[in-house]
Amino acid sequence: MSKVKPFRLTMAAVALLIPLALAAIVFFLARYSWQAIGFNGLRFLWTINWNLGNLYGNTVMRHGYEVPPGANYGILAFIVGTLFSSFLAILFAVPVSVGAAMFLSEKAPARMRPWLTMLVELVAVVPSVVFGLWGIFVLVPLIANWISPAITAVLGFMPFFNMNNSTGSGYGLLAASIVLALMITPIITTTLYDALNQVPRELRESAYALGATHFEVVANTMLPTARVTLIGGIVLALGRALGETMAVLMVSGGALNYLPGTIFTPISTMAAFILSQLDSALQDPSNMAVKSLAEIALVLFVITVLVNAVARLLVRRTINARNA
Amino acid sequence: MPAMHDAMPARLNTLERRRYATNIAGWGLCTLAFLLIAVPLLDLVLTVTLKGASAFSVALFTTSTNGVTGGLQNAIIGTLVLSLGSLVIAAPIGIGAGIYLSEYGSNRLAATVRFLADTLTGTPSIVLGYFSYITMVIGLGWKFSALAGAITLAIMVVPYLARITELSLQRVPTSMREAAYALGARDHTVASRIVLAAAAPGVITGVLLSLAISVGETAPLIYTAGWSNYLWTGKLTNEPIGYLTYVIWTFINEPNPQSHALAFAAALLVMLVVLAINIGVRMVMRRDP
Repeated sequence: MSKVKPFRLTMAAVALLIPLALAAIVFFLARYSWQAIGFNGLRFLWTINWNLGNLYGNTVMRHGYEVPPGANYGILAFIVGTLFSSFLAILFAVPVSVGAAMFLSEKAPARMRPWLTMLVELVAVVPSVVFGLWGIFVLVPLIANWISPAITAVLGFMPFFNMNNSTGSGYGLLAASIVLALMITPIITTTLYDALNQVPRELRESAYALGATHFEVVANTMLPTARVTLIGGIVLALGRALGETMAVLMVSGGALNYLPGTIFTPISTMAAFILSQLDSALQDPSNMAVKSLAEIALVLFVITVLVNAVARLLVRRTINARNA
Repeated sequence: MPAMHDAMPARLNTLERRRYATNIAGWGLCTLAFLLIAVPLLDLVLTVTLKGASAFSVALFTTSTNGVTGGLQNAIIGTLVLSLGSLVIAAPIGIGAGIYLSEYGSNRLAATVRFLADTLTGTPSIVLGYFSYITMVIGLGWKFSALAGAITLAIMVVPYLARITELSLQRVPTSMREAAYALGARDHTVASRIVLAAAAPGVITGVLLSLAISVGETAPLIYTAGWSNYLWTGKLTNEPIGYLTYVIWTFINEPNPQSHALAFAAALLVMLVVLAINIGVRMVMRRDP
């Protein structure tokens, strides 16, 4: 058995390129942003002031690093924007996904079911930038003219839901969250749909035998068995939402250095900010701005890796439990 | 069968009445939830198709972008170069890794690779773009270039391709492998001539889906491929290259209608490729169970 197997070794070497790529991403992002990490310290995560400083003056030494005068890199506003928009997106997406999965697996006419399921799957393959285009052309005007005034009229007595305290342009937290919600619903819906289809027949029949209505059977008997899978799907969707770039960039309004005061306020997310700021950051002769952008990428990477790891563990555990 | 359970008997007490009402309202809400997903998609496809098709002309395919007007020839060719280029790099690696995971992957190392492949799939594309920007565009001095863009897209789709290949190879019955080994076949013969050949439809599906992902990607390319108003001259490095998704992103923010028309035309072209591949793959997959 100790014979060398060249083909197996070659394939293993090819497969190892994947961990290698991941390691390279961490290594080069960390190495490139090393000075920024040193200069920014923990202020990076806790302050709301992203300021490139005076790019035309001579650089000055601060904390042992050469930076433009007045430069400060604090990304709290973007962290808040990222978490807030993703959280709202999950809040919108979960009830819709659960309802849609129940409809598809139980109520959709059998002959149309494959087509309707495909329709939901297709939402997941629409490129992000096309969602952004649709967002600008359809969703943002819809929000500005109908949704925002409606929310303000009903919930406007609370400060967070009053469009008069915002720009009212339609671009902002709400638009970003709705587009994100639309992009992640297929992930949650298909995960739950698969789980519902695997619920043992006996369970459903026992519930019917006890006199439950069809809705009670699905909502009270089948749905609880898919709970952990559902949570896994939600966390997976969260991972996608946190890193989404183009669609959010196009409809979020691009805020700089302020926290969203209402759900209609423009925001920036970490991913969108990295993309939109490269041109201005390149003007920095000390390069500290570009390195700070790399630090944002590193923070975003760490967050999404953690979220995805949790999701995979949750989803895998249920699959194992089911096969056992 | 459900209809039988939902039919309301003639005499009911209050509790039963409430339960039947919940049943009807619950399914109504579920149907509404489905519509909340389906209607935006249909509206998106319709909007892009109508606005995009009205911008189609011969000149769209024969002239290049000029500032914020003109045609899309440079972008169409650029998208083809970038996505096909990424496939040339990603297909051998992804399929090779898939072979390893499926055929020789019942060990700890493979489990780790599997987990990290999923992690890489979940990595935001903008992070990959920034990584490539640091290492290739700046580090290796390639500047914005076709090669940097294609490699970035390849890093994105390799883990995806590896997992799809693994899944399709696993469906090949073990008895086929055993039969081949019994006849004295070597590892590489079994893997390529027997297993890969039997699973070819699934693997090709994976390659096509990867192509659809590459064609629709934007964020990592802005950092690596840059943008160019001119036709690609064939240089792999030191020459930026145009692509369709860039047109969608930037031209929609221009104030003039010609730019908007170009953005929608580009969106329609991208959507045609993405939807054709995804719908086609699903139709074929459904036919052979």
